[in-house]
Amino acid sequence: MEEETAASDEESRRRVASSLTSRYSDWVVESLDELQGSFLLTDPSIPGHPIVYASRGLAALTGYPPAEVLGRNARLFQGAGTDRAAVAGVRDAVRCQRPHQTPILNYRRDGAAHWVLLHLAPVFHAADGAVLHFLAVQVPIPPPPPPARCRVARPTVVVFAPCREEARVEEELSCPCASHAGEVFVDVDKRGLDAEEPRVASEHEKEKALSTANSIFSALNRYSKLTGLVVCGKRCDSVGIPALSSSLNLSLGRIKQSFVLTDPHLPDMPIIYASDAFLSLTGYSREEILGCNCKFLNGPGTSAEVLEEINQHICSEQACTVHLLNYRKDRSSFRDLLHISPIRNASGKVAFHVWVHLDEGAKHDFNGLTPEVWQLGAVGAVRVAVRSLSASGSLLRPSQ
Amino acid sequence: MKLTIKRVPTVVSNYQEDSAGDRPRGGCGRNCLGDCCLPDSKLPLYAFKASPKKPSSQEDAANNEVFVNLLLGLWEERMARGLFRYDVTACETKVIPGNVGFVAQLNEGRHLKKRPTEFRVDRVLQPFDAAKFNFTKVGQEEVLFQFENSGGDESFFVESSPISAADRAPNVVAINVSPIEYGHVLLIPRVLDRLPQRIDQESFLLALHMAAEAASPYFRLGYNSLGAFATINHLHFQAYYLTVPFPVEKAATKRIFLAEGTMNSGVKVSKLMNYPVRGLDNNVPYNFLISDCGKKIFLFPQCYAEKQALGEVSQELLDTQVNPAVWEISGHIVLKRRSDYEEASEISAWRLLAEVSLSEERFEEVKAYIFDAAGLVQSDEEEVNEDEDAAYTPVSIAPPAVAEGCLVLQ
Repeated sequence: MEEETAASDEESRRRVASSLTSRYSDWVVESLDELQGSFLLTDPSIPGHPIVYASRGLAALTGYPPAEVLGRNARLFQGAGTDRAAVAGVRDAVRCQRPHQTPILNYRRDGAAHWVLLHLAPVFHAADGAVLHFLAVQVPIPPPPPPARCRVARPTVVVFAPCREEARVEEELSCPCASHAGEVFVDVDKRGLDAEEPRVASEHEKEKALSTANSIFSALNRYSKLTGLVVCGKRCDSVGIPALSSSLNLSLGRIKQSFVLTDPHLPDMPIIYASDAFLSLTGYSREEILGCNCKFLNGPGTSAEVLEEINQHICSEQACTVHLLNYRKDRSSFRDLLHISPIRNASGKVAFHVWVHLDEGAKHDFNGLTPEVWQLGAVGAVRVAVRSLSASGSLLRPSQ
Repeated sequence: MKLTIKRVPTVVSNYQEDSAGDRPRGGCGRNCLGDCCLPDSKLPLYAFKASPKKPSSQEDAANNEVFVNLLLGLWEERMARGLFRYDVTACETKVIPGNVGFVAQLNEGRHLKKRPTEFRVDRVLQPFDAAKFNFTKVGQEEVLFQFENSGGDESFFVESSPISAADRAPNVVAINVSPIEYGHVLLIPRVLDRLPQRIDQESFLLALHMAAEAASPYFRLGYNSLGAFATINHLHFQAYYLTVPFPVEKAATKRIFLAEGTMNSGVKVSKLMNYPVRGLDNNVPYNFLISDCGKKIFLFPQCYAEKQALGEVSQELLDTQVNPAVWEISGHIVLKRRSDYEEASEISAWRLLAEVSLSEERFEEVKAYIFDAAGLVQSDEEEVNEDEDAAYTPVSIAPPAVAEGCLVLQ
């Protein structure tokens, strides 16, 4: 499978071939093959940061069969017209191990240039936060509707059909992922044309990229049960979401109630911890919801007034208990007895909010307690864990 | 001569500041813990199992969960009702860098609003004085539950239970409205019996049962005798959760071998080494800490109040207004001034605790007293063993560089 262009040495070829199967299972490749979309996976631990998986959709979009890209660096998709700033942005995201989305001008195998939305995401080992792979999804960005006005050409970039090798942006650091997302509807005749204005990806493309990335994470986790590996795309301080220390994860893991912690200091108050009971209650997996705002639980019939009440309490750092109609992943609804309370760290500052959910319709054994006090028990346990670990400076995982 | 010190008493109940006036009989209208209200009341009840098993069993792990959840849930509920004088989770806390790992907390509000009161410090045992504040004056909303022996192998909780048999006063667990840490509670044995702050076998066992029910190394009970910073002469223990090891729990100990004949008690006695407080009594004020689910007891005879009364404590230390009671001695130090908190170091903490400790000489004397009373101690321990299935050992501790003592029961 590896081409002659791949690292010539046998060791590298072997590593490329086993990069996925050694970590997940032999079936992971089949499973990925079934996914829609144009994407690839790269392994930063192998010299040259080569592509170790390329989807069928990628072949359709770029004209490259998988065998021609495996073992090569993803920059092979870049060409003379590729914006250097976009490449630098990608390189930086790889270095900092954070997700990144950018429109980028890529080239097909036949030399045709096309605009894609490149969605790059590190794949973290959930337990220790190490980056195992990067995934790059390419979603074609269609040309804007025919303009009535004249376009101002940007500095001319001449693209030659066989230009790929020569014009490729050099990559000081192992910059993976440029991608290629040509599609049938992308103008094949960009080749030879002057570069057009940079295209802007619409919400539709962004969502499509994200949903493809999510389905890749699900597939990876589905096929890692045997090896016990859990991967995720968001749980890392480099993403802007604090990675909780293993001691805090351990303490929180002992709390039986259904709850999540959110970080009020990050935009959109993302979830940074979800208990096992919460996952069973809602049907979501951890990697699906970490980094998300709690509003994904809401749906038709969720009271806007109650949501507003929650917001007000959060803003004023007050605890509140509300009744709310919420939805599981399968879209079935449940009456949620929800208690929200600010949690302070050892400096006395609000570090998180705890959201304790209770399905009022389910039968529970509260050991003689009222449901409310049972819920509050979780709040108390979270306070003790956060305060104690914060005092000894071990709330968050030390950043690398 | 009578030795006294002046200090600000800690407000442990919202009813403490009321003048202890006369109460009408037949219900004072305040739902208190006195004879007027309590006997006709219903309170939640936690019934503990009569014979705790080895804490390693799964059943106990599940049980621990119930007790912890119950205590913290009810405590949080009282917090939501605004019964505490301050939000302790808003008080800064930190582990002081160093090998010992002292835990410091800045609590500027705990001792405000009270005028200093004169306390006698030269008598460890003083008779109960009904005219002073005591726990029968506490409102029932400050009570989390009754804590009684279930008489069986299972512990259980009921939301509302009549006050147990008329022939026995109930043991109650109440919140401390000036908490030192989250979950800070008071265990008050047989509240209606108005026992003075004097430890006896029954109440000591009760405290051990509570430690065993909690089944967590981070739930500790403490006791301060009169003269060792107990401010209320009504029998009580304190307890709270802090999921950080206390310095005293980590300190090295040296086994004191017991004479033959006393060996079968299952109790090991050791002396604390390399710890500022030597770690018993004949009118020696003391504190003790029940640690490790009731398997380890640290006993600290102390003399800080005596030194203070005699004017032997440096002004610098007095200015900090830190009262070296059981928590402080164990290494969890509550500071009242920001500057003390900011500048807190292992050396400053060590200096404070060293002041508390008995001299090596005095410690040896006290140790001798205790060992004299060994017959009594021993019988205590045997019972404890039976009940707790734990090895019990008084361990006495002598810090080398400092002048005082501590005894640890293990």
